[in-house]
Amino acid sequence: MLYIKCPHCGMRSQNEFSYGGDATVKRPELDKEISDQEWDNFVYNRKSLRGKHWELWQHLSGCRQWIKVERDTATHEIFNTLKANEEIS
Amino acid sequence: MSQSFRLENIGLINRDKKLSFKFNGVTYYGYEGDTLASALIANGVHLVGRSFKYHRPRGFFGAGVDEPYAIVQLYRNGETEPNIKATEQELFEGLEATSVNCWPSVNFDIGAINNFLKIFLPAGFYYKTFMWPKSFWYKVYEPFIRKAAGLGVASTKHDKERYEHKYEYCDLLIAGSGPSGLASAYAAAKNGARVILAEDKPRHGGTLLTSEVNIGNQSGREWADGIISELKEMPNVIVKNRSQVFGYYDHNMLVMSERISDHLPKTKKFHPKQRLWYIRAKEVLISSGSIERPIVFGNNDTPGVMLSSAAKEYLKVYGVLVGRNPLIFTNNDSGYETAIEFKKNGVDPIILDTRKDPQSEIVDEAKNLGINIKFSHVVVAAQGYKKVKSADIAKISDDKEQLGKVESIKCDCICVSGFWTPTIHLASQSGNKTKFKEDIDAFVPGISKQNETTLGAANGSYVLEETLKSSFEAGQELSKKITNNDNEISFPNVAEKKSTTHDKFWCVPLPEGKNYKRFLDFQNDVSVSDVEIALKEGYRSIEHVKRYTTLGMATDQGKTSNLNGLQLVSNIENKVVPNVGHTTFRPPYTPVSIGAIVGREVGKHSKPTRKSPMHSWHEKNNAVFVDAGVWLRPRYYKQGNENLFEGSKREAKNVRTNVGVCDVTTLGKIDIKGPDAAELLNRVYTNAWLKLPVGKARYGVMLREDGIVMDDGTTTRISENHYHMTTTTAQAANVLSHLEYYLQLVWPELNVNVVSTTEQWAGAAIAGPKSRDLLQKLFPNSDVSNEGLPFMGFIEGDLFGVKARIFRISFSGELAYEVNVESDNGNFMWEKIMEVGYEFDIQPYGTEALSTLRIEMGHVAGSELDGRTIPYDNSLEGLLSKKKDFIGKRSLNREAFTAKDRQKVVGVVPLDKKTSIPEGSHLVKDSNAPLPNPKLGYISASCWSVEHDNPFSLAILKDGKNMIGEKLFVMSPLKNKVIPVEIVSSHYVDPKGERVRS
Ligand SMILES: [Zn+2]
Repeated sequence: MLYIKCPHCGMRSQNEFSYGGDATVKRPELDKEISDQEWDNFVYNRKSLRGKHWELWQHLSGCRQWIKVERDTATHEIFNTLKANEEIS
Repeated sequence: MSQSFRLENIGLINRDKKLSFKFNGVTYYGYEGDTLASALIANGVHLVGRSFKYHRPRGFFGAGVDEPYAIVQLYRNGETEPNIKATEQELFEGLEATSVNCWPSVNFDIGAINNFLKIFLPAGFYYKTFMWPKSFWYKVYEPFIRKAAGLGVASTKHDKERYEHKYEYCDLLIAGSGPSGLASAYAAAKNGARVILAEDKPRHGGTLLTSEVNIGNQSGREWADGIISELKEMPNVIVKNRSQVFGYYDHNMLVMSERISDHLPKTKKFHPKQRLWYIRAKEVLISSGSIERPIVFGNNDTPGVMLSSAAKEYLKVYGVLVGRNPLIFTNNDSGYETAIEFKKNGVDPIILDTRKDPQSEIVDEAKNLGINIKFSHVVVAAQGYKKVKSADIAKISDDKEQLGKVESIKCDCICVSGFWTPTIHLASQSGNKTKFKEDIDAFVPGISKQNETTLGAANGSYVLEETLKSSFEAGQELSKKITNNDNEISFPNVAEKKSTTHDKFWCVPLPEGKNYKRFLDFQNDVSVSDVEIALKEGYRSIEHVKRYTTLGMATDQGKTSNLNGLQLVSNIENKVVPNVGHTTFRPPYTPVSIGAIVGREVGKHSKPTRKSPMHSWHEKNNAVFVDAGVWLRPRYYKQGNENLFEGSKREAKNVRTNVGVCDVTTLGKIDIKGPDAAELLNRVYTNAWLKLPVGKARYGVMLREDGIVMDDGTTTRISENHYHMTTTTAQAANVLSHLEYYLQLVWPELNVNVVSTTEQWAGAAIAGPKSRDLLQKLFPNSDVSNEGLPFMGFIEGDLFGVKARIFRISFSGELAYEVNVESDNGNFMWEKIMEVGYEFDIQPYGTEALSTLRIEMGHVAGSELDGRTIPYDNSLEGLLSKKKDFIGKRSLNREAFTAKDRQKVVGVVPLDKKTSIPEGSHLVKDSNAPLPNPKLGYISASCWSVEHDNPFSLAILKDGKNMIGEKLFVMSPLKNKVIPVEIVSSHYVDPKGERVRS
């Protein structure tokens, strides 16, 4: 079971969180004309990387905040966590 | 039978407490503090089972968790449990046990049952023997194997015992309370660290219980006792015995199973049988010690052949002699310690040492005691069937290739010591890359991946003084990092006998003309020749050899067999052991009972049960409940002998003719506040929300980004910047997360707060032509006329002193209202509605009637909004705003979603107006078409229309828009039904929606 540092609450066990997918995907702006390809990339196409990966988790059974977690998908090592409003550098 | 192998003046058992027990129906006696194994050996019982493959007799091989043979079926307090190790099961009054077949347990990997036969049976056994003739497989082989598969028999009864889970956090978790565990725990505890010290055996101390050493001015055991009592007094230390740390998972999470009641005849009231601990440790110290390894020789599985350390433990801990004529077969000094203990207790052992001329204090002591030692000698084969009677021994050449003349000597047990294998399972599980240590011929932990340190014998250090020193240091250093304390501990003097190097000898060659079975894996009956065959047949990777032969795959996970197997492969392959590599260790280290893993999450407790504030009223009024997610909801209120069909029909009819009331507390409710609340709703819902006036409700549909309908519900504008959203019961949690996602990550600029208020409000839906009359009487001070409270209107009212929210919304298609009060007043509201509603012939209605009402008026719900449909499919395309963007809009112009013959919801009526249509059935054009018959759609929901008094269903049908009036067939192969039907509008009742506005 992973041990995730919620930037709001501190170290908490994985079972308090739910996984929310790739954190680097940006939703296209509302009312913006975009191609089918761009839309598909936003809705469907994911890389499923092996290695370091920024992903979203929600601290569901805690502060309910969505957070960004930098995790190695192969080793489960967690390098960094950010608040929703903090930019991935 | 008396305990004729019990000694008088030795052992840690409580002789004041004699216990009776039964093994295979025979009554024996033992003492408190015995294991089942030690008590049986005390009674001279050495035959405990049969091996599956060759049906050879099985005895005891070890004295603890490493035991490969002595696995029994246990009976305790009217329950039975399979796969209990006799060497671990503590004796209690009235214990009963029976023998089982020795064969890998399905309990070990429950998921592999189906693959079991293919994967686990050894190659030469299954692939070759059982495959021919083919017809024999089903009739003879399979039933035979199935019967034998599994060591014992699992009970089919409900397990009445209670198992608990516990979460714990600590600075240092120390696995094993031998010398290194005690020393490191003590040092860390003195530094103020929060320490958990876990011991799998009932007694703490590990090897200190059996070895002749002095620490300070005490014996090793007294020192251990002293440390333990001191640790137990410290508030920052948890000391646990009977607790096995069996798994090392990610981020320093370890799992430990504590056997709380297994050693008692009966679990105490309110006590669990076992407790599973999830421990998050900052640092882990692995002090799990080492396990003696066998030397391989002919018939080395005969009862009476056992580990020399086990013989010593039976003697020193339990006061039990494993034999009166012991033969010690060793390649190192450890065997001498066992021999010396025998000698001190009046038994004359013979030592066979593979070494030519070892020089050490221990060897000298044995010589001085006059013990008969034969150097450069080996056991060629054990003789005897159910118990060792003699041994064939021979001198062995210096190069260990040639055997001298074989002679027979009498003995009743053979105690084997092939040196020590560090128990590195936990380190390996944590991801530690282990390395081979040449001088001990075994793997030890290498570079740590997680915060783990392995100490003492588990790290390949077999000298007590070194172990204590490194363990004190490790405990002190690691705790210092955490607590910043630096408590100096004076290191005690250690007196121990020096030993010399072991002989890297592990397998006795076969004498000329003999073909003895020489076993590597005792539980799985894997012999030297099996591995030789596997290699001959081309298997090279150790992982493949393991699976082909099943070496190390039994429930003991090869604790005594892995290294000898590796030695054999490396010998044949001419590689060194580290190049062969060892197989991966996986949790659990030792089998864990399923009950402990499941914990208390069984039956009703597998998920929480949520009840509305009106629950007790429903109970008192004969509600038959149904699970709706985690909620319990009344399905119908039973009158007399009514069944579900009759009861729900009556309730639904009463709604259509009079008035009914339904508990809708379970609906998800989300409170939305903030200046941008309307903007949020406008983006989340498909229709327009910016112009909704205060005091008005609106129905809305929300999509996922892929265009699929996520949920629907009404949202009401309570005041300028305050909205009350409702969701379906099932989607309540997902919708809240969905809103939070967009507010926090996508549109953080929106100034809106959302919070779940599902539990804060109790809800009652009042529906039917008489509902307004009832409402007027409930709220005499409010104007609830069609003008004062029009359809989709909202007012606040006073319900006999209780503040209420009144929404004019309808799920049933009738004139209807929903009244909400604070949860605490829910029951008051309900009773008032029933009381005042009496004169209007009110009846409560449950979810079944609720479904009937919504189905026949064509209102889509969960069975249509099933995660596969878009708004068009549900005839909700009218709610798609063309003027604004919203979540999921861009996906709706996908090709499949805009296809001309896109599926759409329709109504379905059987031509005979009688036959009920099973939900999930398929719609086809021709019921006699050859298979696969093209499917046009499926039945999503069925009911008995109370308006038309015939069956009615909703279906999602291909090109549903143009299918009204078509005749099709409903097919349900499951129920063996073919029903001719007509497709009609999904709005079967009041298609113009006049009633809700009346
Ligand atoms: Zn948090």
